[in-house]
Amino acid sequence: MSETLLWVDRVTKRFGGVVALSQVSFEVRRGSIVSLIGPNGAGKTTLFNCVSGVIRPEEGAIRLFSGGQEELLSGSVPHEVARMGIARTFQNIRLFAGMTVMENVRTGTHVRTQAGLLEAVWPWAGRARQEEHWAFERSSRLLERLGLSAVADRPATALSYGQQRRVELARALASDPELLMLDEPAAGLTRQEKESLMEFLRELRREGLTILLIEHDMKVVMPVSDWVVVLDYGAKIAEGVPKAVQEDPHVIEAYLGAR
Amino acid sequence: MTGILMLLPILDSNSYHTEILATAALYALLALGLNLIVGYAGLLHLGYAAFFGIGAYAYALLNLRLGWPFWAGLPAAGLIAGCSAVLLGLPAIRVRGDYLAIVTLGFGEIARVVATNLESWTGGPNGLMGIAHPAVGQVRFGVEARPYYWLLVILVAATAWACARLRRSRLGLAWLAIKEDELAAGCLGVDPLRMKLLALALGGWVAGLAGCVFAAKQGTITPDSFDFIQSVMILAMVILGGLGSIAGAICGAAILSIAPELLREFSTYRMLLFGLMMVALMRLRPEGLFGNRYQVPNGQSVPGTKRRV
Amino acid sequence: MNGELFLQQLLNGLTIGAVYALIALGYTMVYGTLQMINFAHGEVFMVGAYLGLSVMLVFGLAAPAPGGAAWLVMVIAAAAVGCALLGLLIERVAYRPLRKAPKLSVLITAIGVSFFLQNAVMLFYGAQDRYVPELLPARRMGEGAVSVTPMQGVIFAVSILLMAGLQWVVHGTKFGRGMRAVAQDPLAARLMGIPVDRVIAMTFAIGSALAGVGGVLFGSYYSTINFHDGYLVGLKAFTAAVLGGIGNLPGAMLGGLLLGLLEGLGAGYISAQWKNVFAFAVLIGVLLIRPHGLLGERLAERA
Repeated sequence: MSETLLWVDRVTKRFGGVVALSQVSFEVRRGSIVSLIGPNGAGKTTLFNCVSGVIRPEEGAIRLFSGGQEELLSGSVPHEVARMGIARTFQNIRLFAGMTVMENVRTGTHVRTQAGLLEAVWPWAGRARQEEHWAFERSSRLLERLGLSAVADRPATALSYGQQRRVELARALASDPELLMLDEPAAGLTRQEKESLMEFLRELRREGLTILLIEHDMKVVMPVSDWVVVLDYGAKIAEGVPKAVQEDPHVIEAYLGAR
Repeated sequence: MTGILMLLPILDSNSYHTEILATAALYALLALGLNLIVGYAGLLHLGYAAFFGIGAYAYALLNLRLGWPFWAGLPAAGLIAGCSAVLLGLPAIRVRGDYLAIVTLGFGEIARVVATNLESWTGGPNGLMGIAHPAVGQVRFGVEARPYYWLLVILVAATAWACARLRRSRLGLAWLAIKEDELAAGCLGVDPLRMKLLALALGGWVAGLAGCVFAAKQGTITPDSFDFIQSVMILAMVILGGLGSIAGAICGAAILSIAPELLREFSTYRMLLFGLMMVALMRLRPEGLFGNRYQVPNGQSVPGTKRRV
Repeated sequence: MNGELFLQQLLNGLTIGAVYALIALGYTMVYGTLQMINFAHGEVFMVGAYLGLSVMLVFGLAAPAPGGAAWLVMVIAAAAVGCALLGLLIERVAYRPLRKAPKLSVLITAIGVSFFLQNAVMLFYGAQDRYVPELLPARRMGEGAVSVTPMQGVIFAVSILLMAGLQWVVHGTKFGRGMRAVAQDPLAARLMGIPVDRVIAMTFAIGSALAGVGGVLFGSYYSTINFHDGYLVGLKAFTAAVLGGIGNLPGAMLGGLLLGLLEGLGAGYISAQWKNVFAFAVLIGVLLIRPHGLLGERLAERA
């Protein structure tokens, strides 16, 4: 159990009459990359939203094991979830349009800094200065790592799609999370960009980060994942190592069968 | 900059001009305060004048009933107004955009009607009279506008400076984030509720200070000075200057408070022209004088970024 | 309050409620199609009242006039047409160019239009209350302490007629279908070949016409009008629309009658000033507790 970072426990979510998630359970082991796959509408993003606190599941619980403690995630508000060390990206990129690339990434550091009202106004507050310095350094390093240093001061929405995805990634990483949740990070990327992404994810895993990702492209999912969970119509229909899932008849039917 | 402004009334000793300058400075202060709420945090607030009024009445009551001097009343008024802003804001900020505007408008109106009707406390429609002017040592401010103008310039400068620092701080970035995309900001750890309340508290504080100075200068206050039209006027100043811009807020305030004086002959057409101006402004240059085109009022994202939860 | 007084207050409340309903319909229709709160709608109502007055003055009508009812109908028609035109003008000049603009811009524009109209009317007609001649005989009909004036009868009749007519238009005509389509999804409607701009313009026209009629009825009922009435009554009508469920036509009608009822019944207990606050309090209460109103569906938060 101590190896588990995230435990999704029989989560059920209903929207009016529609059951979006039904008794979904799985665990995410610390330091691994877990992929969540399934046909469109299976409930993957809904599950993400439950974990990050955007919506509340009707039944079940989501637990985070962090710093030796078990925390109940379900029922928390997004910013509390972020504070517990979970960062995410979105299916449709949600960058802050009025900000530059650097500013976008800097917002990621918000959760790790403390400076409040007094420090903001008082110019001689040493701690605030230090924090700003740290935030800037961290953001710069991330931008560099993701090849975005050159465009750091451009408006975030002026970038190419692939670049914007990377900015969102940098922003999520800026908060120094324990768990990184990526919602279709490879969508819309070129073959080359997907390769870079996969390599980057492996790098992050080597550094100890735990990653949970939603993805449709099997050529990205299979090579990179340690574990795959398959959803269909809101229920988990299979989970296991990539190879096993690929050959699972239920999975094949879900993807190829009539919908 | 501040120095030049301070010198103005000495160079031009026409007391009428100084009166106008003082009014402009007062509105500049108010515009800066509202800018925090609407420009930084992106909250559509149509009831700001209520906090102006609360500050004024707070000082008036403290002074008339408890004998508090101006300099003690000033921070008190700010605090009381700031707290009211938070209290009234708590239910309001959970409501959607246009509805937020209506709710704040409502609170503003309710505040005004309460002030008009609670005769025993607020003196009713006739307001309160005999409020003491400030005094520095032995010298008491009179009715002449000059010392008030200086005081206001100092307050405006201090507030502007604080706003500038806030904008560049961690908080400033957080406000921009929730204004742009509250959900994404939340997922990054920014607490939208707290940030909005903070903006309201600060905006209220500033309005309270302005109210206190206003009350002290006028000596008499009535509820009519704090109505919806006043709220819209201040909002128009902020928008004219450009949401989120400090220089803009000050310029907008200056323009909209000085222009009516210059156009004295047209005073009956005042509302008419004002209305036309608002419509024209939104059509021709919605980002205001100093705003930037990526940040049109209420920051809708530039096409390319869809929003869906 | 004894039974008869109660009934009388009820009737009076419903009367003004009918007027509120007419105006509320305009708010709700515009919100349904454009998702905007037309701040200036109350002023259109006010203009309607003044237009009615002008027509009466032009024809030298005084109280009580022979053939009063016929004249009244003519005045109502004139105001309806006039306000419809005004609504079209406002939509075309002020709102259409801002179709894609952010909410705050539209709000400010609407407030600007509102100020403009208020001031224009004030300049034209003066800032004091104006007296509206009562075209219908003032005698009361009824038994005991409960009575109805012909004017009240007219208000009921006209409102019911118009509301029924509107329901027919919205649900029984091609245009009505277009309105509903645009309200649900403007882009899809456009793709389906519906002339969205024209539908929106007509929506404004209809809503404004109704408000204009409301204005004449209001003026004739209370016998005095003031350029400030637009703000006050507009606010109440908006409250009614929200109370019933904004975007919902029967809701607006229900909300109007309900608000009028509440006002009528409480008239003895609340002074005029507090009455306005009462409307605001109801409005805020509804927005905070049940924003979709009585008949509205729970809408998911739009991003």
